Amino acid sequence: MSFDTLISILDSTVRLGTPLLLACLAGLFSERSGVFDIGLEGKMLVAAFLSAAVAYMTGSAWLGLLAGIAGSMAFSLIHGLASITFRGNQLISGVAINMLASGLTVLVGQNWFHLGGGTPALTGAGRFQDIELPFAAALKGVPVLGPIYDQLISGHSILVYAAFLAVPGTWWVLYKTRFGLRLRAVGENPAAVDTAGVSVVGLRYGAICIAGILCGVAGSYLSTSLAASFGREMTAGRGFIALAALIFAKWRPWYALGATMLFGFLAALSNRYQTIDLGFLVIPNQFMDALPYILTVVILAGFVGKAIPPRAGGEPYVKER
Amino acid sequence: MSLMTKFLGAAATLALTAGAALADPAIIYDLGGKYDKSFNEAAFHGAERWAKDTGGKFKEIEMQSEAQREQALRRLAEAGANPIVMTGFAFGDVLNKVAPDFPKTKFAIVDMVVDQPNVQSVVFTEEQGSYLVGIMAAMASKTGTVGFIGGMDIPLIRKFECGYAQGVKAANPNAKLVMNMTGTTPTAWNDPVKGGELAKAQISQGADVIYAAAGGTGVGVLQAAADAKILSIGVDSDQNYMHPGQVLTSMTKRVDNAVYEAFKAGADLTPGVKVMDLKAGGVAPAMDDYNAKLVTPEMKAAVDKATAGIEDGTIKVHDYTTDNTCPVN
Repeated sequence: MSFDTLISILDSTVRLGTPLLLACLAGLFSERSGVFDIGLEGKMLVAAFLSAAVAYMTGSAWLGLLAGIAGSMAFSLIHGLASITFRGNQLISGVAINMLASGLTVLVGQNWFHLGGGTPALTGAGRFQDIELPFAAALKGVPVLGPIYDQLISGHSILVYAAFLAVPGTWWVLYKTRFGLRLRAVGENPAAVDTAGVSVVGLRYGAICIAGILCGVAGSYLSTSLAASFGREMTAGRGFIALAALIFAKWRPWYALGATMLFGFLAALSNRYQTIDLGFLVIPNQFMDALPYILTVVILAGFVGKAIPPRAGGEPYVKER
Repeated sequence: MSLMTKFLGAAATLALTAGAALADPAIIYDLGGKYDKSFNEAAFHGAERWAKDTGGKFKEIEMQSEAQREQALRRLAEAGANPIVMTGFAFGDVLNKVAPDFPKTKFAIVDMVVDQPNVQSVVFTEEQGSYLVGIMAAMASKTGTVGFIGGMDIPLIRKFECGYAQGVKAANPNAKLVMNMTGTTPTAWNDPVKGGELAKAQISQGADVIYAAAGGTGVGVLQAAADAKILSIGVDSDQNYMHPGQVLTSMTKRVDNAVYEAFKAGADLTPGVKVMDLKAGGVAPAMDDYNAKLVTPEMKAAVDKATAGIEDGTIKVHDYTTDNTCPVN
């Protein structure tokens, strides 16, 4: 494998890992507060649809992004209403979100554009263009570091940089702020938080709203930056891979970056090579696609350290009377 | 519910007019969806053209999941639709089960051979059409590297790939081919993001013409190719218009003609295998205003020569599905 090939695979890793990273951080906020969120896929799908639709109608990718975030937030609130306010089962609510998103996007899309649930192709300002960082062209000639800066670091959409900044942001919020401390506490022992006079319901709603925003950005990145239109079911299971990455990352922000980039790297590798020939053994493409799930199961089984989910996860909080 | 009422209504009307049965034809689209800009959309255009020409009506159902196939087929047959056309190889098993239960109904299936006395199986010689676009790709390529991106990894798509590879090698024996399949599950037909990423991976390996035979995933491939200012080749429907001047050609598969003719034949549809080959106009590279500037006279001449060769049998294009191997790769 030459250096150029490696750079192009890593470049692809960043693009493929970004939606996973955003969705994974969304899940992290939600689950750290004790609300399981398997509706990541559905929220991304809704956001992808609304972003592309609004970006097409207004010609502005930024308005599309806002619409995507709004749509994803709305779905987050439905999830919150069902599982926090009415104390329904969080998993079932999440499944419902996914189904609703899958049906609704196609129905509304067909009604608006008559393109079978897709949106027309976006052009110009309707899409997030790749950003050229300063000195990228000038540094191109520098050996090793030049291509890394020019191709790997520069030349991505602004949403990619936002996603990477969200990692330290999440770390700071979770571990350095009062809100973060309470958020982590409410996922472990909501009764204690309640006793301290802090609203459990309020904190959990706060967490799922943040999750909604992050999922919105993830969906928007798919349809207005990576691709240039919305297509039926275009998230293609990325929400579930993000969920697997969240478990792999043991619900920690920096680990989440590592896990999603690892999964992105595996996807990029399988895109580049149909089979990987190690000399003594040939690994088929399908194995690479399945590897994220296999790794997650391995982690869950406790072979490589233990993945312990937030203790109060999945249980609606009922105040004692 | 309203659909059910419609069916019940249709069934009732049919019962009343039994004997002089003039049933409406019906069409079932596969999972890619009616507006996939490709295979199913071509079928839809054929049905629409029939409706416009004859003033007739037709019923249609879009598949939403694998589980619906048999149900949809039985419903339409019970409602008295005749003939019932379905697009896609995936209906093969189901049709084999359902067809004997409705001996008086005629069925037509595109892209699959189902051996039943009341079924017409329409198959296309995709390898021939792909061979021709392969020639064009090799001639248009400046780097000598061309790409192929398939949808779900099934023999049918391998047939496209193999025909294309043979065409490329015929025009330029030294050409390098980069080939990828999107996946092994039906989501592979609907993942434009992965399609775009595969295209970028091929571009970084030097490919400057990429042929996408991947349904909805192909939209992402064509987009990524247009973004990178290289050429792409569409499939099934004429996709040249999607990025004018950037889509070299499209390997059109006249599914619309197959549907149109099946609808026109109505209840008199001839059962058996119907091969839509190059000669019968079943497959062809699309030439229109959008790609007129991209197609050089030499390219045109080479395609015409190969077309003549295939038609008179001097050029044999190997069909992958006959022995599941490809002579070139």
